This record gives sequence, C-alpha cells and structure tokens, in this order.
Amino acid sequence: MRSAHDERTAREGATGLAIETRGLTKVFGRQRAVDGVDLAVPRGTVFGFLGPNGSGKTTTIRMLLGLAAASSGEIRLLDGAMPKDARAVLPRVGALVEGPAIYPFLSGRANLQRFDAADRHTSPSTRNARVDAALERVGLGHAAKKRAHAYSLGMKQRLGIANALLAPRDLLILDEPTNGLDPQGTREVRNLIRSLSDDGTTIFVSSHLLAEVEQMCTMIAVMSAGRLVAQGTLDDLRSQGTARVRITTPDPADARRILSGLGLVPEPHGRDDVVTAELSVPGLQSEAVNAALVRADVRVRGLEVSGASLEDRFVALTGEGFDVAG
Amino acid sequence: MAQVRPARGRRSLGLTLVVSEITVLFRRLRTWAMIGALALIPILIAVVVRVSSDGAASGRGPAFLNSITQNGLFVSLTALTVAIPLFLPLTIGVVAGDTIAGEANLGTLRYLLVAPAGRLRLLLVKYAGAALFCFVATLTVVVTGAIIGALLFPVGPVTLLSGDTVGIPGYFVRLLLLALYVTVSLMGLSAIGLFISTLTTIPVGAMAATAALAAVAQILGALPQLEWLHPWLFTNYWLGFGDLLREPIVWTSFADNALLQFGYIAVFGTLAYGRFSTKDILS
Repeated sequence: MRSAHDERTAREGATGLAIETRGLTKVFGRQRAVDGVDLAVPRGTVFGFLGPNGSGKTTTIRMLLGLAAASSGEIRLLDGAMPKDARAVLPRVGALVEGPAIYPFLSGRANLQRFDAADRHTSPSTRNARVDAALERVGLGHAAKKRAHAYSLGMKQRLGIANALLAPRDLLILDEPTNGLDPQGTREVRNLIRSLSDDGTTIFVSSHLLAEVEQMCTMIAVMSAGRLVAQGTLDDLRSQGTARVRITTPDPADARRILSGLGLVPEPHGRDDVVTAELSVPGLQSEAVNAALVRADVRVRGLEVSGASLEDRFVALTGEGFDVAG
Repeated sequence: MAQVRPARGRRSLGLTLVVSEITVLFRRLRTWAMIGALALIPILIAVVVRVSSDGAASGRGPAFLNSITQNGLFVSLTALTVAIPLFLPLTIGVVAGDTIAGEANLGTLRYLLVAPAGRLRLLLVKYAGAALFCFVATLTVVVTGAIIGALLFPVGPVTLLSGDTVGIPGYFVRLLLLALYVTVSLMGLSAIGLFISTLTTIPVGAMAATAALAAVAQILGALPQLEWLHPWLFTNYWLGFGDLLREPIVWTSFADNALLQFGYIAVFGTLAYGRFSTKDILS
C-alpha cells in the first residue's frame, strides 16, 4: 500500500509546479489589471514576483488565493484548480496579502487564534502551541499579549507573516513581506524564508524591491502593466541584458573608429576622454575590444565592463519613469 | 518537513469558528457599551417612576408603565416595549451591519477566507453571532428590569392580560418566553443586516442602512392606508407579545411571527449568499 506521501509525490510529479496559471486575466471595467499571465512556479523554489506598483501583482495573488475571480484563464495551485478546489488546497497555503490585517482590539495571540480557528483542518488542541511557535518565529513572543492596535507597522507585518506560518505549509505566498520592517527585520525575514525553503516549502514572494529579490530568490517573474514580461532563473534574466564597455582614452576619435569597426555603436559621452558602447555584437567579449584597441595603438587608460544589472534589466522590461501604471 | 508531512487531519465540524466569533464579538468594547445602554433603559424607567411615584397613575406613557408601582415585575415589560421600536433594532443594526463589512474594512476578511473559512460557513457563523447578540440584548433588558424592579418596588403575583394570576416563577417563565419572542422578532432584521453587510466595505453604512430600514418598516406599519402591506413587514409582530401574557398562552402570534421571520431569513440569507459567494474581496 502506498503512503499518502507517495501518492502525493506521484500526483505532483505530473507538473512539478506549485503555481501554474494559463492566460490569467482580470478586467476591472475597461482596464485589464492582469492580462494573459502564464506563471509557472516550480516546487521548492523561492520565486520572486517583481513589478512596479500597480503592475497587477497583488491582483494576481488575489486570484491565486481565490479572493477574486479571474475574468478568464486557469489557475492551478499545488494539486488543485482554483477556486474550485480551494477547500482542499488553501489549508496547505500560507499567505500574506497586501499587508497584514488585524483586529486592533485583540492581542497578537488572540488575532492568530482567530485566523487559525477559521481553518477547520487545524487541530484546536495544538492551536495555542502553534500560535506561540509562530509568534516566536517572527520575534513577537514578548508582545504576544499586547493589544494589536499598539503594534508598530513592523510588528503588524511580523504578525501577518506569523499568520502565514500557523501550520506547516507546502506553499507560502508572501506579498511584499518586508514592507515596513527595519533592516534587522528585513534580514530576519530573509533568513526565515531561506530556512522555510530549506524545509521544502515553495515560496512565492512579490516585491518591487530588486535588491531584496536578488538576495532571496532563485527564479523570478516580472510584471509590467498587467502583463508578464519575463520569467526564468535569475541568471537567465541577467544574461539577457547586454553588458556595456566604458573606455577611458586620450584618443577618443580613434577609439570610436575601432569600436565601429568591430560593429559596436559608440555613444556620445559627456567627457572627451571617455567612450562607451553596448557590447551588442553576439560573442564579442570585452577582452577582444581591448586587444583591437591596443593593436591599433589606441592608448587605453582604463577599460570597464559593467555587467547588465538586474536593475537595468528591470527598467528595460518595465519602462523608465516614475508614473504608476494605470 | 513539508514533503514528509502526512495529509492533514480530518476536518472538524468547525464549531471553533463559532466560538471564536462569539469571543471576538464579546471582547469588543462596543458590544458591552450597547449592552450597558440597553441595561440602562429599565434602570432609567424604574428610577424615574420610583422618584415620581407619589403622582397617581395617569394612564399615559408606554404600556405597563402604570402597573410598575404596584408590581416591580412590570419594569421588564415596560422596558421591552420601549426598547423594541428603537434601541434594540439600532444595536442589532450595528452588530448585523458589521458582520461582513466590518471584517472587510479591517482587511481580516481576506485572511479568514484564505484560511480557508469557506464563504458559506463564514456567513452562517456571522449570522449565528448576530442571533446570539439579539438574545443577549433582549435578555439584558428583561433581567435588568426584573432586578431593578425587585429592588425598587414591591414584587408579587402578577395579573395577566387575561385576568388570571400567576406566581413569580410562572411569571419568569413568561418573561423568558418573551425574550425568545423578541429574539425571534429580530432575526429577520439580522438577516437583512447580514445581506446589506455583504454589499459594502464600510461598516457604518451597513449599520445605518439596517437601522434605517427598521425605522422605515415601522413607519409603513403605522400607516393605515398600507394595511395590505402590513402582514409582510418584518416589524409587524414586534409588539405582539401580549398573547404570551394570557392564560392559557395563545401561540398564534408567536407562530405567525416565527414564520414571517423565517421567510425574511430565507430571502435575505439567500441574497447574502448569492452576493458574498461570488464577491471579489479587494479590501
């Protein structure tokens, strides 16, 4: 006889994805807040869900969790279709959606007891122990009895994360988990995510903070104006960007000529002794550029290669500018 | 950890959410403020009547008011008569209007649903909480009235509307029945409040709308031109508890009232479910 675990592995083996959406779309009035999103989040990854404010991240998460109905498209969460199998799937999912929410007149502990009671798969006999463990895990043990209205923003955020950890989960969906946290708190959350991931939990983290995602995640997806504009491993995404070369030389005119000869497009630069260009020719490495310059007796004082940063890539994908996508 | 964990245990009946709902409701200061205010009604009536009891019974004022000086047990009845049209519906409006809209406003609704509480289950639990509040609110008026009446006035066997006399224990049985009658009376309004609460994320709006509907129904019920409408108003039997004060008890109005309230529960419960089950939770 196969154990429940074997059966589950067998079932999950079918896709190997913790989250999968096909053509996920949400229309509010005339606006397509989420437009044809095909997410594929492999099990066991720490998956970053990036995008500027208003790009449709939270709306996507709401649909994943069955809070909002998709206008069209399909969602699979763990082994089930959402929202049809919500009752079977959601107990295995911990979530922080659009910030924490609390009953201000209840203590931190009573808040968690309330949310735990809402899930009828959890055992009331272990409730107090699980609540206290979750509070300890996010560093709120000492403030457990305090009324939540007296909590600071960071403490509320921690309480929200503790709520996602009330029971062992197979999938954690954390929307902007480090919002409002101080640097120590941010670091603790990062460590927490790492240790949960080591336990085998799939973690889906949305964020608009690139540095944070870069430190935590192995895979990312990028949203822009409701569309999924990139998805893959962090390295894939970085390598899609083009590196730049920056040459400091007393012979800028010669340098430009050589670079043009190599098929690059030198750009105007504010300083006379600096020439820059994108390494846009496939296969052309910076050392070859240097060798060509030296062969042509161009005096090179400095040669710098700036790898494509994730930030460049992010801006390239989601567009410059400070306006919130509307 | 996640991989080796066996399937989760059987689901329980989910009564813990009902317990949690009641706990949360009665841990709110607001709930106790309303119960305190309800308790003040009989106290106020009794004290005022006691202080000015030298004046002869004038025959004016709310029903049973003039019997209080002879028998303190009538304080409960007078207080109920005063509370039913205005104050009780107001407090029910607050509790029932807050059910879903209050959670939506706090944002806690999304966490209850993600837990997952189940939308139908949450509605039922919320309604159960509101119903319990109706009973507690009514009982508060009755019990406070009985206590303050016994403290300030003579207490003795009561002459019922039918002219028969019952002893004090018999009278308390009637009072309990009365509390049940009034609780049932408020069930329809609670269902309306629950439905309105699913329409908005602003609890105050749902509360006000629910309380206002109670007022409107009573105004319509007072217009003789609309007599055809009266049997359909959820307020129609609100003050019809007199039949419980006869010997033997006449159950017709209790049954009619229960049937009418049940109709309201069915209609507005269905509407609430229809709305809530498909609602996008965006708060």
